This record gives sequence, C-alpha cells and structure tokens, in this order.
Amino acid sequence: MSEVIRIENLRKEFGDVIGVADVSLSIERGEYVTLLGPSGCGKSTLLRMIGGFEAPTSGTIWLDGEDVTDLPPNQRAVNMVFQDYALFPHMTVGQNVGYGLRVSGVPRAQIRARVAETLSLVGLTDKADASPAELSGGQRQRVALARAIVRRPKVLLLDEPLSALDANLREQMQVELRNLHDRVGLTFVMVTHDQSEALVMSDRVVVMRDGRVSQSGDPVSLYDAPANSYVADFIGATNLFSSPVKVSGGKILVSCFGQELEIDHPAVGDAPVGNAPAGERLFGFRPEKARLIRSNGSVPGGNCLKGRVETVLYHGATIRSVVVVGDGRILVDTLLDDTFDPARHVGAGDEVFLDIEPHKIMPFSRDGAS
Amino acid sequence: MTMRVATDAMESRIGRAAAHRRRGAAARRAETWASNAFFYGMVGLVLAFLYIPIAVLIAFSFNSSRSLSWPMTGVSLEWYERLIANEDLLEALWNSLYVAAFATALTLVIGIPAALALDRFEFPGKSLFRKLVLLPIALPGIITGISMLIMFRMIGFNLSLETVILGHATALVSVVVTQVFARLQRLPRSYEEASADLGASGLQTFFLVTLPNIRTAIIGAALLSFTLSFDEIPVTFFLTGRDNTLPMYIWSTLRRGLTPEINAVGALIVVFSIVMITLAVVLTRDKSGRRG
Amino acid sequence: MRLATRSRLSSGGVLSLPLVWTFLFLFVPYGILFIYSFWEKKFPTFVPAFQFGNYLELIVDPQYVRVLLRTIKIAGLVSLLSLLLAYPYAYFLVHKVTRPGVRLVLYMAVVLPLWVSYLLRAYTWKTILGTQGVLNSFLVSTGILSEPSSVFLYNQTAMVVTLTYVFIPFMVMPIYAALEKIPRNLTEASRDLGMSALQTFVRVTLPLSMPGVIAGFTMTFCLSFGDFIAPFLVGGPDGMMIANVIATQFGAALNWPLGSALALVMLVIVLTIITLSDRLQGVGKGKYA
Repeated sequence: MSEVIRIENLRKEFGDVIGVADVSLSIERGEYVTLLGPSGCGKSTLLRMIGGFEAPTSGTIWLDGEDVTDLPPNQRAVNMVFQDYALFPHMTVGQNVGYGLRVSGVPRAQIRARVAETLSLVGLTDKADASPAELSGGQRQRVALARAIVRRPKVLLLDEPLSALDANLREQMQVELRNLHDRVGLTFVMVTHDQSEALVMSDRVVVMRDGRVSQSGDPVSLYDAPANSYVADFIGATNLFSSPVKVSGGKILVSCFGQELEIDHPAVGDAPVGNAPAGERLFGFRPEKARLIRSNGSVPGGNCLKGRVETVLYHGATIRSVVVVGDGRILVDTLLDDTFDPARHVGAGDEVFLDIEPHKIMPFSRDGAS
Repeated sequence: MTMRVATDAMESRIGRAAAHRRRGAAARRAETWASNAFFYGMVGLVLAFLYIPIAVLIAFSFNSSRSLSWPMTGVSLEWYERLIANEDLLEALWNSLYVAAFATALTLVIGIPAALALDRFEFPGKSLFRKLVLLPIALPGIITGISMLIMFRMIGFNLSLETVILGHATALVSVVVTQVFARLQRLPRSYEEASADLGASGLQTFFLVTLPNIRTAIIGAALLSFTLSFDEIPVTFFLTGRDNTLPMYIWSTLRRGLTPEINAVGALIVVFSIVMITLAVVLTRDKSGRRG
Repeated sequence: MRLATRSRLSSGGVLSLPLVWTFLFLFVPYGILFIYSFWEKKFPTFVPAFQFGNYLELIVDPQYVRVLLRTIKIAGLVSLLSLLLAYPYAYFLVHKVTRPGVRLVLYMAVVLPLWVSYLLRAYTWKTILGTQGVLNSFLVSTGILSEPSSVFLYNQTAMVVTLTYVFIPFMVMPIYAALEKIPRNLTEASRDLGMSALQTFVRVTLPLSMPGVIAGFTMTFCLSFGDFIAPFLVGGPDGMMIANVIATQFGAALNWPLGSALALVMLVIVLTIITLSDRLQGVGKGKYA
C-alpha cells in the first residue's frame, strides 16, 4: 500500500467550538503535503491529532495500515518539528539529536554514528557540542529537523517550520527543506499560513477553512483552477465580482462593476448549468491575466474594461496597478521584463483600458463554491 | 513698518522665546532635582530603617558590658564565648537543623508533584486543592499551629520534634509549590511534547527534560524553605514537646529578660542568613543570567 | 486505552501524595478546629458538645471585640505605613535604576531581612526603644532629652513600627513585580502624548501597578493581623492583639474551645480579606497582568 496516512471523518471539538469538522484525507508515501489556511482554520489541530498530541472527538487515523487513533505520541512512528523548535536547552546539539534514540534504548555507539550521519545531512557536523542558545534561528531549525529525522519516522510533521525566520532566510530554507525531503524520501506533512510557501514546497496542498477542507490538489491546479472564491483569493490574488449571466449576440456576457465582459468557460453555458442558480454568480480573474492599455481616446478592440488608475505599487519584479472601475477596484500586475518601458507605463490618474481574454475569467457559485 | 522696526520686533520676540525656553529648562531641571531628592531620600530612609537595627544588634554583640545603652562600653568577645559554652543553646541549634532538614525534604516531596499537578493536569476539585495548598502562606501561622495541635491531641500523638516537622512541612509546602509552579509555567509545553514525540515515557520525560529545567526553582525553594523552617515560630510554639528549636530557646530566654548572648546569636544568624541568601542567588542563576 | 484515560491515570499517580497530605494536614485540622469550637470547657478538661456558648461569649464579652478592633486598626496602620515606604522604593528600583547589578543588590537588600530571624528583628526594636536602649541613651547623651523616656516602648506605636519593620519586604516584592510588568513603552507613549511625569504616574503607572499594591497590602495586613510576637515583645499592657488572646487560651487560660472559636473567627476574617483581594486584583489586571 503506498498510502501511509489515512484520515477518516476526523473531528475535534473544544467545548462548543469545532476545531476540525469531519475531515477525510489520504496521504501517499513520500509525498510532501501542506495544510494551508489562516489561523483558526484547524490545520494545526489536524497536525497535532496526527502526531498524537490531541485526542480526536471522533474519527480514525490510520498509519501504514494500523489504527493509531488512541496511541500516545511516544508510540507512533511519527515525529514532529515544533514551531518553537523545542530544543532542550540543557543539552548540547548532539544530545538533543540523540535524545530520541537514547530513550528508546539504542546502544551508545549506534547513537553516535546515527547522530553524526544526520547532522551532516543538515550541514551541522561542527556544531555537535554547541548548546542551542549559541545557534542562529536557521541552525536551530536544522537541529530540530535532525532530531526528528534521526529516528527514521514514517511521517515527518512540520508545524509552521519557517514562520520564525526572517524573509531572506525563509526563502533559502524553503528550498533546503524541499531538497532534504527529496534526498531522504520521507513523507512530509507541513502546516503553514503562507500560501507562497505552500506553492513552492509542496507536491499537494490542502486548503482548509473553518475546520473543513476547501480544496486539495497540486499547486498548479490550485492556482489555475481554484475550486471556489475562497481558494482563489487565498492563493495568489484574485479580482472578484458578482454578476448575472447574459447571453447576447452569440456571446456569453457578465457585468464587472457595471461594465460588460465576455466570458468563455465550459462551466458557464447559455443556460443555467446543473445546480447553479439562475441569478448572480461570483466571477474572478488573476491580476497578471489582465493587460493595461493606455487610453488615447479611441476604444481598443478585444474584451475591455474602462477605468482610472488610482495607485501604482512597485514590487521589484512586477508593478501592481490599482484601477478604479465603476464602483470597484481591479488589481493588474505587469511583469517588468525587457519589453517594459517605464516611460510608457501608466501613472496615478491616467485613464486606462483593461484587456482580459474571455477564457481567463473563472466562475464560482454565489456562496463561493464551484 | 520700516526694516529696523521689524527687526527689533523680531529680535524681541526671539529674546522672549529664548527666555521662556530657559525658564522651561530650568523648571525641568528643578523638577528632576526634586524628584531625585525625593527618591534617594526615600530609598535611604528605607535602607536605614531596615539595617540600623541589624547593625545595632551586631555592634552590641561585641559590647563588653551587659548594658544596651549608647555608647558601647568596649569591645569584647565575651558573649560569643558564653554562646559556645551554652549547651542548651547548642542543643536547640542542632534540633533546628534537624527539623529544618527533614521539613524541607518533605516540602519538596509533596510540593513538586503538587506543582506539577496544578500546572499540567486537570482534575475535579482542582481549584479547592489549589486554595488549600496555597493557603498557609498568608494565613497566620497560629491557626495552622493550633489546628494541628488539636488534631494531634485528639489522636493521642505526643508533641515532639517530629510533630514540629509535620507542622513546618504543612506550613511551608506552599513556598515550594508557588516557586516550582511559577517556573513550570515558564517552561514551554512543547519541550514535554517533543520528548514524548521522540519516544520517551512520562517518567523519562520528567527526569530527563522537566526536572533539569526546573532545578533552579527547586534549589531556591528548598533554601528558602530551610531558612523559614529554621526561623519558624508560630507553628512551632504550639507543636513543641520537650525539645526546643532555636527560636523557641531564644523566646524562652527573652521571657526571662534581655541577655547580650542573644545579641551574639542574632549576629551569627544574620551572617548565616546572608550566606544562605547569597547561595540562593548564585545557585538560582540560570544560564541566561536571570534570577531563577 | 484512549489518550484521555491514559493521562488521567498518570496524573492520579502524581497527585496521590499531595492530595493525601493536603487532606490530612490542611483539610482535617481546620475541620477539627471548627468542631472543637463548639465543645465545652468542663474543668479540668474539654468535653464534646454542640453549643454556641463560646461564640456567645465572644460577642457578649466586650474585651474580645475590643481586641479584634484594635488588631484591625494596627494591621491597617502597619499596611499603610509599609505602603508609603515601599512604593517609592520599588518605583525607584524599577524606573530610576539603570544598571541591573545595582537593581539586584537593592532588591536583595530589602529581601535579606526576611531571611534573618523574625524574632530577632522584633527583639532589636525592644532593645532600641527601651529606657536603657540605644535611642534613649543617644537622645540623652546629645542633650535632646534630660532623662530617658518610656514613651517609645510598650505601646501601640512601638508595635506599628516593629511590625512595619518586619513586614516591609512583603510590600516591596509584589509592588516591584507589578511595576516591572508594566511595558515600558506605555510610559513613553504617555510622555510622548504630552503628559508630565506626575500625570503619567497618576494616570498610567499607578493604576497598572494596583494588583501588586493590593497583593502587598493584603499580605502585610494578614500577617500583621495574625502576629503575636511583636505585641508580646513591645506591645505593653494595652497592646495585646487577637493572636495573643488565642495563645493565652491554649496556654494559661486553658480554654481550648474558646480559643478555637476565636481562631475560627480570625480564619474567617483572613479568608474574607484574601478572597476580596483576589477579586480586586482580577478586576485591575486587564491585559498587562
């Protein structure tokens, strides 16, 4: 069986508050899965239940075919990297890493060998006798990793492992963690609230909201085909608007803040599809899918919105323009590549047209689901 | 307005502003001076209030006569010599050490698990338990003393040093509980979770992870408990049998009248206390240098 | 076994000793005290009974109420005096001292006397204030007094001074802790918004330090309330406090049931004060506790 974790109808209640609401999930061996969502969505609770630190109210957890729902953490072949690293301050790095082997009765010589091997894997061989207080944040994180990996668990759990690091270090560690996963071949389950981190590192992302799974899939499909407006807005940015569907002149039209746009999507036909209500639906498109055209009086062809630039924000690799259209605001991202001419780009107050290809507009139902 | 009149007007305005600033600065300086005077005065007063009596005690322990009048008649070690020869006093001293040692041991054995239970576990009756354990600290010792006295009498237990030990342990367990509990609260729960995650049993986690990290609080609490037991009066007063502790001996001596030997004992106790408190400060400095 | 049951079992193991001890030596004795207060004194011993005679005597005989009121008054004065002395000291330590070494020394200087025998500290005042003591002889030798005065000792003033002396550290410590916890940027923000140092203190620092003040006041009050050593040493004939009266019932007067009743009254008063104090502290704490 290549499935290493199966979660069935897992539920966790804290008094009246529902932390995790009947979640079912399956994780393959060797996968890098990320649980993504804002604080309070249940991702950490779910992780802790897998690790054995919270007892589920109901539901089952299977680890490699074995029911571990009621097992305490010290009896599960799962190890966790804690958000605050939890390095024992009264032990050296080497003693920290060897702790799990020591309490399991592994002979001392073996402990030494395995600790050395794991420390070299994370690049900290020379720090074996240092105390955690002497290390930098990034180094401490690697010790926490080494300590968890040395026991060769079936699954490695990571609770917001990079949130304590500053931006530059974080990006570097994202790559290093991913590389470590690929080298060691363990199954990683990570929790984060940072969507770009999830996209960079994961094989599969599970987006959670209010204790439930909103969508589970690989990063590309999550970005290009979000299942609902929540996912669309959480991962990357999306311009959302609600509108009824109109058919006119052979084209399917929607109204974006009062202006008409053509839409070309298989789920939107000239008749209400499936259970979708005949009334208003939510639609959205990514900022980088729209193109800014400076207004010179004449209306350009294509699928265009007319608006006025309010602010221009410089992001280094891109420029984000905030355009007022009707009574709403649209974000447009322009890539600063070689074809970009700053003199010809729009500034605040300019009248502009936004060109969007009809098949780049995504539909969602009224309540946000697809 | 001509140029000159304008310039004059401007100059006088600048001059007034400067004078105003000078007055403001002067007022601020006066305010700081007054506040400093107040604080240094108060601190000096409190320190003097606290230490002049102790200084008097130590000074008069070296007085060559029995009088307590100022000025001292001379310097002598007579009272210290008498002290060493005083067998009753030495026996009381030994009793106090014996009682303090065992009482402290008891408070640790009871107090550490109690602190653990309060911090880590939920159980029915927890808030009542917490109130009962922490009660004796603010409660006048006399109540603990007489209530245990009545109980011992009712079950036919004779008063002795052992009843004193039980009394002290009861009165002082809250010292250990509050100190250890405070330290436990500062210990991140993730340490114990990580230890369990890595395969350690509950007992292993306690001895390998928890205990080393609360060690300083335990030492501090033990030292404080020992010192307080050594000096304990209200509970001891009601639970003492034939053998005296040091405070009881001093008490009975005082009833007979003031003797300068008491000054000598007092001076020695002051020295002993300074040693204990220095030990406590030094030993409870954890790696980061913070107190306890 | 479910996770929850497992942790309950191990908690049972840890709890057993403290629970037994608490029950045996904290719960039972107070219960016995309660029961005993209803017993009767029948010479030469005490007999079990259930009668309110002891409590009746406490109410009817005016001396008990008088002593109680005197004790409350003295405890109140001691707490007040300690507060007036301790607060500036603690404030100075937290806000005016910059070097942590100096702060530690000054803090320890206030805590050290606690580790020195309480009996001796009370006793030194007896030697200082007596007619042949240091104060009198100093005043006589410098000519301020023509002869030794007995006004310093064996009265309530001497008791207030002695008790303040003994319990000041209990006032300094919680106030220090409370002041330390106030985030420094609060006072900075207040000054930044234009308030003077005095206004900042009255409007920002003082209210936020209230939990510490209440804690210290309660502790000092309760400890003074239950003291019987200072009255014995320096109190004189009209300086008896309620704890002395109780002690006498267990000593010469040999009326344990009456003493128990009195002790129970004392217990109730102290418990009430502590509960009130806890509640007050809870109200004042807010986010910065």
